[in-house]
Amino acid sequence: MNWNWDHVDEFMPLFWDGVELTLKALLFGTLIAFSLGLVWAVAQRSEKKWIRWPVTVVTEFIRNTPLLVQLFFLFYVVPEWGPSMSPLTTGIVGLGLHYSTYTSEVYRAGIEGVPAGQWEAATALSLSKRRTWTSVILPQAVRRVIPALGNYVIVMLKESPQMAAIGALDMLGQAQNYSQTTFTFEAISVVGVAFIVIAYPASLLLRVLERRLVR
Amino acid sequence: MSSEFFGNWFLPGIWITVQVTFFSAALAFVIAFPIGVLRTSRLWIVRFLAGAYFEIFRSTSSLVFMFWIAFTVPPLFNISFQPMFAGVLALGITYGAYASEIVRGALAAVPPAQREAGIALNFTPLQRLRRIELPQAWPEMIPPFNNLLIELLKGTSLVSLIAVADMTFAGDLLRLVKNESAPIYTLLLALYFVFAFILTRGMRLLERHAKKRVGQTPEKTSLFGGLRSKSSIDVVSGTGGAK
Repeated sequence: MNWNWDHVDEFMPLFWDGVELTLKALLFGTLIAFSLGLVWAVAQRSEKKWIRWPVTVVTEFIRNTPLLVQLFFLFYVVPEWGPSMSPLTTGIVGLGLHYSTYTSEVYRAGIEGVPAGQWEAATALSLSKRRTWTSVILPQAVRRVIPALGNYVIVMLKESPQMAAIGALDMLGQAQNYSQTTFTFEAISVVGVAFIVIAYPASLLLRVLERRLVR
Repeated sequence: MSSEFFGNWFLPGIWITVQVTFFSAALAFVIAFPIGVLRTSRLWIVRFLAGAYFEIFRSTSSLVFMFWIAFTVPPLFNISFQPMFAGVLALGITYGAYASEIVRGALAAVPPAQREAGIALNFTPLQRLRRIELPQAWPEMIPPFNNLLIELLKGTSLVSLIAVADMTFAGDLLRLVKNESAPIYTLLLALYFVFAFILTRGMRLLERHAKKRVGQTPEKTSLFGGLRSKSSIDVVSGTGGAK
């Protein structure tokens, strides 16, 4: 055992920079995942085949391939055709896009959980399709799926270190940089503990939320 | 893409991805059953310890854990091992935790009367587990295991970051050497998708077989009908988290 606390002290300022970047990525990634997921879910219930099919193919493809390779793809391939993005932006888009395909499953389950009578009632009141979705179905669907969506925030937090692979200096990126320049190893342990410290209380909180909301 | 490079890096990379997937899935499986069973124990301390294992690994990032094993453990304890060993260990331990939750859930779903029947027949707890509870819980475990396996397959791409020459690593290397990326990463994504597809179909067959054996009716499946099981949201414990 040759653990040195001085390295931990020295790493701390960098660590907080990493935390800031991780949280930024998480916030914007979540926003994308939650909103895009809803779009996928509604599109998959469309009556038009030409909407339903491509969406199914795209979401299945994204869900069944690794986030890491998707990040590489976004970072190295996309700039060949269009705009180049900073590592952080790439990370946000990657996380958001990847997990939108998971949240779409959550929304789908929520939408299917709305009693059929609600659809019939909307038809009986001759509400337009848009009104049916926005005032009847979605408000009921979304409330039930909040805890499940919350789970994905934690999952995204845990997967966010993959951004370090494309050079985003999140918690892991900072630790990696620090370790490589100083030839020490304490920094990664600090980051590992940080994840437990953030994620465990968050999952406890979600459990409480779940008990309150889903009944 | 030159055929020389393909033969030297890409094909071996594919083989390493298959190996890492296989070994870490095997490790996860070996860990999951005892831990899952212990989590249903009547002794609170046993339940607590097995539960703690699950909670710890559910709350850490598998990549950070992998880095920790690969780069912190060797200098800290003055030992050394191959990066691939570190990768398999990290993935196996992490996914073992998620899998243990699946085992626990499936065991809990066996009707209590079945356990009582076992007690009435004077079975030992181990006999009950082997002859009554596990055979009934097994078909329930397969669909979530399938989801987990896909997550694990995707998770194996992380080993490229600790310098294991899997197919993602080969792709990355190729980008640096050839300075082109579109065909490489497209191929890589397609390969992972094909692997995931094959795994899913294989597990479907296993599920049908298992259900027939215990006398449940297997669901009808079409070749393309839904790549993942419908229950993916509640179990996807895959990438883990509080999922």
